[in-house]
Amino acid sequence: MQSSDRLDLTFAALADPTRRAILARLANGEASVQELADPFDMSQPAISRHLKVLERAGLISVDIDAQRRPRRLQPQRLDEAVDWIERYRKVFEQNYQRLDALLDELKSRPAQRKRARK
Amino acid sequence: MPKPLEVTLPSDREVRVTRTFNAPRTLVWDAHTKPELIQKWMLGPPGWSMPVCEMDVRKNGKYRWRWRNDSSGKEFGFHGTFEDVKAPSRIAHDQYFDPGDVGGSMPANDPAQITLELSESGGVTTLVSTMRFVSKEARDGAVGTGMTDGMEIGYARLDGMFAGKPA
Repeated sequence: MQSSDRLDLTFAALADPTRRAILARLANGEASVQELADPFDMSQPAISRHLKVLERAGLISVDIDAQRRPRRLQPQRLDEAVDWIERYRKVFEQNYQRLDALLDELKSRPAQRKRARK
Repeated sequence: MPKPLEVTLPSDREVRVTRTFNAPRTLVWDAHTKPELIQKWMLGPPGWSMPVCEMDVRKNGKYRWRWRNDSSGKEFGFHGTFEDVKAPSRIAHDQYFDPGDVGGSMPANDPAQITLELSESGGVTTLVSTMRFVSKEARDGAVGTGMTDGMEIGYARLDGMFAGKPA
């Protein structure tokens, strides 16, 4: 899968409060479907559908050998999504820190400020 | 202190950047519209300069930006047309990518749509820049140009320094 398609699946999976809550729960350790369903006012099939979306996005995995089939967080995919946003952030932040300095300079030079305003 | 930069994804084709500046809106506007000011800050990572910055800031006016890597001499740029200009609060323009000799994964023929919105409250200006790409692939590729790769190397070096390791 292209990294762009992977990002689509990741961001789509994250765009739901129930699925984010499931990930937050799994960040504390593996859990069975029943354990994940308990805190929500939702049927087990409804939770299972959310888990499918998270699985397809590679955000969680299932331990099929264990009897209770616990779900586990797969942090790499989440890291990829964070990295992607972080790259954007860095590009802009470096420019904007220079702009901060320039604006300070312009503020301290009233003559230029007047001229700049036309 | 300015609030940290915020990056959000309003849709699968858009990226929105929000940042505040401790300066009146007219100055932030000037810094985005006057070539001699733009060339002082819109430089990307260290080692790049902006030899070309032409701005005809009015509806249907054109602009052209070009950056050069000081060590390799490689260049790339953006150009386009202003579609909406409302000083000092809003500029909208299209943006064509000119890969020059740097390359990159942004499509050269399909322009991105850029909107810059400035609002001021109590001497603090909030900037909201929305970039709408032709596709999600273009959006995802837009950070993969030569310039951001160069920046990544710069940051990796810095990370190494802070970790107390040779970069």
